[in-house]
Amino acid sequence: MSILKAVITAAAPDQKQLPLQSLVDQQGETKTALQLIADEAVTAGIEEIAIIICPGEQENYVKAAGEHASRLTFVPQDNPRGYGDALLRARDFVGDDRFLHLVSDHVYLSQHPRGYAGQLIDIAIAEDCAVSTVQPTRENLLPFFGTVGASRIANRQKLYEIKCVMEKPTPTQAEQYLIVAGLRASHYLCLSGIHILTPTIMNLLEAEMQASEPGSNIALSPALEELAKCERYLATEVDGGRYNIGVQYGLLKAQVALALSGKDRDEILTELLNLVAESKPASRHTPSPGA
Amino acid sequence: MVLDTNQTNSVNGNHGTVDWRCNRLVSVIETSDNLLRNQSLDELCKDSELDELLGDVAALDQLWRTADNLYTQVRALFFLSAIHRYHLPKQFDRSRSAPGKIPFESYRQLLGRRFIESIDSLLRAQKDNGPSDGISSALAQAYHELGFQRLADQVRKSVRTVRGNQWMFRTGHPDDHPLRFRPDLLARDETSPAFPILSETTAVRMDFSHSGWSDIFFLGMDFPAGAKVINASINLGVVDRDEKPQPPIECYLRVIDRPVLRLVSIDLKSTAVIQTISEVFDFAADYLGLLKAAVIASGIVPAGMDGCGESIKPLLERLVGPGLGIEIVSKVNDIPKGSRLAVSTNLLGSLISLCMRATGQVSSLAGKLTEPDRRIIAARAILGEWIGGSGGGWQDSGGVWPGIKLIEGAEATESDPEWQISRGRLLPRHSIFEFDEISGETRQKLQDSLVLVHGGMAQNVGPILEMVTEKYLLRSAEEWEARIEAIEILQEIKTALLAGDIRAVGEATHRNFFGPLQTIIPWCTNLFTNTLIEKCESKFGDQFWGFWMLGGMAGGGMGFIFDPSIKIEAQRWLQATMQTTKKDFETRLPFAMNPVVYDFAINDQGSFGTLSPAAKAQMPYEYYALLIPEWLKLEPRDLSALSRFEMETLGAEYRTDADAPKFRILVESILPGKDSESEASESLADLLKRHGFDREQHEQIRADLKSGRYGLAQNRLPINTSIEDVEPTDVIDMGNAINQTHLSLGCDALRDGRVAVVTLAAGVGSRWTEGAGVVKGLYPFHQFSGKHRSFLEVHLAKSNKIGLQHNRHFPHVITTGYLTDQPIQQHLAKLSNYHYPGDVLVSPGQYVGLRTVPMMRDLQFQWEEMPQQMLDEQQEKMRASQRSSLIAWARQAGEGLDYRDNSPMQCLHPVGHWYEIPNLIRNGTLKKLLDDHPQLETLLLHNVDTLGANVDPGLLGLHLASKRCLSFEVIARRLEDRGGGLARVNGQPRLLEGLSMPREEDEFKLSYYNSMTTWIDVDRLLAVFGLKRSELDNATKVDASIRQLSSRMPTYITIKDVKKRWGHGQEDVFPVSQFEKLWSDMSGLPEVSANYFVVPLARGQQLKQQAQLDAWLRDGTAEYVNGICDWNF
Repeated sequence: MSILKAVITAAAPDQKQLPLQSLVDQQGETKTALQLIADEAVTAGIEEIAIIICPGEQENYVKAAGEHASRLTFVPQDNPRGYGDALLRARDFVGDDRFLHLVSDHVYLSQHPRGYAGQLIDIAIAEDCAVSTVQPTRENLLPFFGTVGASRIANRQKLYEIKCVMEKPTPTQAEQYLIVAGLRASHYLCLSGIHILTPTIMNLLEAEMQASEPGSNIALSPALEELAKCERYLATEVDGGRYNIGVQYGLLKAQVALALSGKDRDEILTELLNLVAESKPASRHTPSPGA
Repeated sequence: MVLDTNQTNSVNGNHGTVDWRCNRLVSVIETSDNLLRNQSLDELCKDSELDELLGDVAALDQLWRTADNLYTQVRALFFLSAIHRYHLPKQFDRSRSAPGKIPFESYRQLLGRRFIESIDSLLRAQKDNGPSDGISSALAQAYHELGFQRLADQVRKSVRTVRGNQWMFRTGHPDDHPLRFRPDLLARDETSPAFPILSETTAVRMDFSHSGWSDIFFLGMDFPAGAKVINASINLGVVDRDEKPQPPIECYLRVIDRPVLRLVSIDLKSTAVIQTISEVFDFAADYLGLLKAAVIASGIVPAGMDGCGESIKPLLERLVGPGLGIEIVSKVNDIPKGSRLAVSTNLLGSLISLCMRATGQVSSLAGKLTEPDRRIIAARAILGEWIGGSGGGWQDSGGVWPGIKLIEGAEATESDPEWQISRGRLLPRHSIFEFDEISGETRQKLQDSLVLVHGGMAQNVGPILEMVTEKYLLRSAEEWEARIEAIEILQEIKTALLAGDIRAVGEATHRNFFGPLQTIIPWCTNLFTNTLIEKCESKFGDQFWGFWMLGGMAGGGMGFIFDPSIKIEAQRWLQATMQTTKKDFETRLPFAMNPVVYDFAINDQGSFGTLSPAAKAQMPYEYYALLIPEWLKLEPRDLSALSRFEMETLGAEYRTDADAPKFRILVESILPGKDSESEASESLADLLKRHGFDREQHEQIRADLKSGRYGLAQNRLPINTSIEDVEPTDVIDMGNAINQTHLSLGCDALRDGRVAVVTLAAGVGSRWTEGAGVVKGLYPFHQFSGKHRSFLEVHLAKSNKIGLQHNRHFPHVITTGYLTDQPIQQHLAKLSNYHYPGDVLVSPGQYVGLRTVPMMRDLQFQWEEMPQQMLDEQQEKMRASQRSSLIAWARQAGEGLDYRDNSPMQCLHPVGHWYEIPNLIRNGTLKKLLDDHPQLETLLLHNVDTLGANVDPGLLGLHLASKRCLSFEVIARRLEDRGGGLARVNGQPRLLEGLSMPREEDEFKLSYYNSMTTWIDVDRLLAVFGLKRSELDNATKVDASIRQLSSRMPTYITIKDVKKRWGHGQEDVFPVSQFEKLWSDMSGLPEVSANYFVVPLARGQQLKQQAQLDAWLRDGTAEYVNGICDWNF
């Protein structure tokens, strides 16, 4: 059974410009972040992509999607109620199919021939269940990610069975509930924003929506936590890296990573070294007392 | 730890070469059979001979070195300590072996907490010189300390490895900080610079029973099944002051608009603006140690950042955002220290809960906590207590939980860090009683019956906790049985609560107090508490349902259970009775405050959080009363927008409602009240005048102190002085020397009334009450023959017994000083001298000194040059920080200036016991004695705390037969006997004060310690003063001869810790300088002929501190003292 549909969420008001940012890819071609994300999906075998957007942004996105525009189905999220609600808006698009879910503020990079998303799709097909990609992440970065508590699957490399999911846990919670045997101390499995989900997730999001206060936001993590309870749900580490372009210097890091893995590697490396050699630290200020 | 077994065998001598694993005591420790395991060490050793005991200690020494299990090690260490402390000395007494010398090196190692090295060097000395009392005393101490060090290390390790605590120890830099404040706390109102305020209210805990202190961490870990507590969370109010009981602990947290951490303690009236991370770890810099511990334990500044020299700004930037900071405020509603309600642990828990809510570490920002939340908060509170250097039991954070709960020790399982190390887990299990178990009606009935009070006494519960731990681990028979009984009583209390029978609860808590608790620790009660209970019983009879000890000991927070119909009456009566009883006892027992009666209510919601939105956010008004005077001192441009805004808001409120009580407090905080300091100095001046202060001598000493002629370093004799131990011929061992002739001589003298006793009671015994300033002689320290007895009563009872035996009660003189004179005179008058049939005379002091601010060089000398007990790592940090503040204080207060910044009485000092005999001559007491008893020829002078000293006819005869001026009693030296001894100084035997030893190690060459007990030939002593009996009424001659002899006596400068009390039972300790002249230096005068009598320890031992009491009782000295007393006056 193949996976042909993808859902990209891009409706967060403070992030709606992110997919429109330009980056130079490994081949030296200037592309928008949206194009790079769609490239990742299409390379993995995806044929149709739904993108959840802020109302009124469709035109900009069509332009930014370039050659992928024809595959896109736009779903505006009016009266937005958070990440979970955004994904739920793709319910009709998904129907009864499993689907690839990506976020619009991450760029993925892998040297694997199947690409980042392709590796995930292969595992999901082989295991016949929902799978999320994870990265072992140091605890100081926990405030930025959803994190899973999981146990390793015997005799399988980098494949885990998820027991629980917490959104941006504190290290206190992480130590109590999310320790994964075999990982380095102070490292946890954080979600890297790319999942293969079953249609069950839509039912769970719907249930969450029903149970919530009117107008309150719906998160994805509680539904993922529920998913782990009602069906087999795995996590996997795939070859490659994810770059969050929504954080400070995120776009810069993503660009440097792309450049360093592409044809202009030497040139960029030289430029970076020059920058390092020429830079000077800014003077530090001492704090002033407070009243 | 890797040890060379060959080496340990060799230090143990032959005893280590037999198969130590077959030893009977090793088997007791290692067996898994509870019946064998729980055998009492005292029972096992009571009939053992010296050789068998030496075999035991050799085997046990091998056991602790090789065992992997923590509790095997610790029990072996405690067994060793107890055998060396209690069982071997009896054998040494029996064999009359020579006193052994403790190697100085071992002593230094002991002070440096290098216990294993110390034990090894002591064992080598034992092997070389044979076992002895001295070596055993040092080994007992070293094994004891090592045992507690091992236990404390394990608690620390467990606290660090509790899941949820570990990350804080590896977060070492602000850039790594993984916490963020919840966005709700940053939701600023756009029209003002104010942020929301998160507040937390928390109850305190009241324990029905702790099953005999079973909540001590070590005990719960050793015997989890026996660790059980029932406690209730309660709100408090003071009767007649507060409308209704409220949660007594309130904490507040908010984001502020300056990148600093501001800590405020409203009750301690202390604030700190913290700008660097290292300041957070400086606990003694101010009174905010508890808040700092909470900041660390909650992970806001993780423990791993200790030593990180960074500014706190980048850390705050990650937590709350650029340019912003955090403010944390604590407020305890007027509950004084010593309430036994675990206020500080619950305050810590409350602060930690608040900080963890703010950083998302517990499930909800506001409202109640969940059980997992409370557990992690309790774990963090334990961590905080460890970091802050305080201590508490595992039930103490009970106020964070709601209602009434059973807290039990839990077996360690495979997933716990304690697995295979100790039987129990560090953290206990809490089971809350629901309303269908303990009904609302029962809770109400409890509130209607129980009168909760604070008796006003301030005591240190620390030594009790150590005693209990040791007794349990040794399975001391009586105590172990009492422990089992206490566990049964807890079950009874539970049953009574479930049945709603409060009378039965009262009966059980009462029985618990008078039964098992006092069997385990007789010192958990005191005369004040017993008197209150007796008065309650006689006033209310059957309607008084029972007494309830709270926490570790009685005297502070306590409960009295009454028939509900008389509760209001009983409340009023108790308030009045506690006041009058306190007045009766306040010179004898340490009170920190006036007694208080509380209203209380069970808190059924536990610690509770509330978020006030920015628009309505205001701190409690006492906060503004504390902070606004500081803000007013600043230039307006230096004030933050938030502070300006808050002042404007208050200003606007004032303009609409000027009569609100908060504005009165605010105005009072800005406008100072009348300074009472001038009155205080006047009364100090009066006191100095009244007590014979010699201004001329004081100025001379002060000048010499400032110029460096006097000082701690100058107390010492020149370095080339030869100090050697005495020869056997220099001393007379009373055990061998006394014969029938001496006995007859002594008995005749007693019968003829030729002897009198002088008890030195001028000092307050600052070591006894840790500087609290009560009269040690009157301290009812122990129950003999069913009643609490004071030191003076014991001395009179001994004189009574000898008097009865010889049909003549000799005169008894009690010397007093400026601190003790009035209380002793009044007390003796009130009790008619305890009905002692002979004369009792009081000899008031005639000299007093004025303390001075210490010289920094003396403080440094004391702390750096003199051997010091090294503390454990965290306490050592605390001490270093305290010391640097004290050095700063000395510099600021002015080195060598008069010390006046305390209550007048605390500024005076006694001038040393050398003056006691001159006082006797100068104030006419000696003349009166000789006029009334012209046949009198001998005085027995002894310290108030030398409880075994009596007019032994044999010793009296020995003294009389020698025809010498003075006969000093000395005892074989033990580790704790520091401060001088009998020595050959440049070839001449004399007593030498520790202060004057040229080198620290000289003292360790000496076999005998001075007990201070001295037999005095009156006429020969008068001759030393240049006086005759007939000249005693010639004041001019008396004064001149005393001054002349005084100038020949050395003057010692010492540093004393004095307490300064303030607020509600708060205390600070300051080291101050004073001078003294000491009696034993009389032995150095060439014209004084002296004997040195070696007496048994029981006769010469001095009770210097309360921590000695338990060993004093266990080693049989208390029984010996009782045997030489007759209580039927």
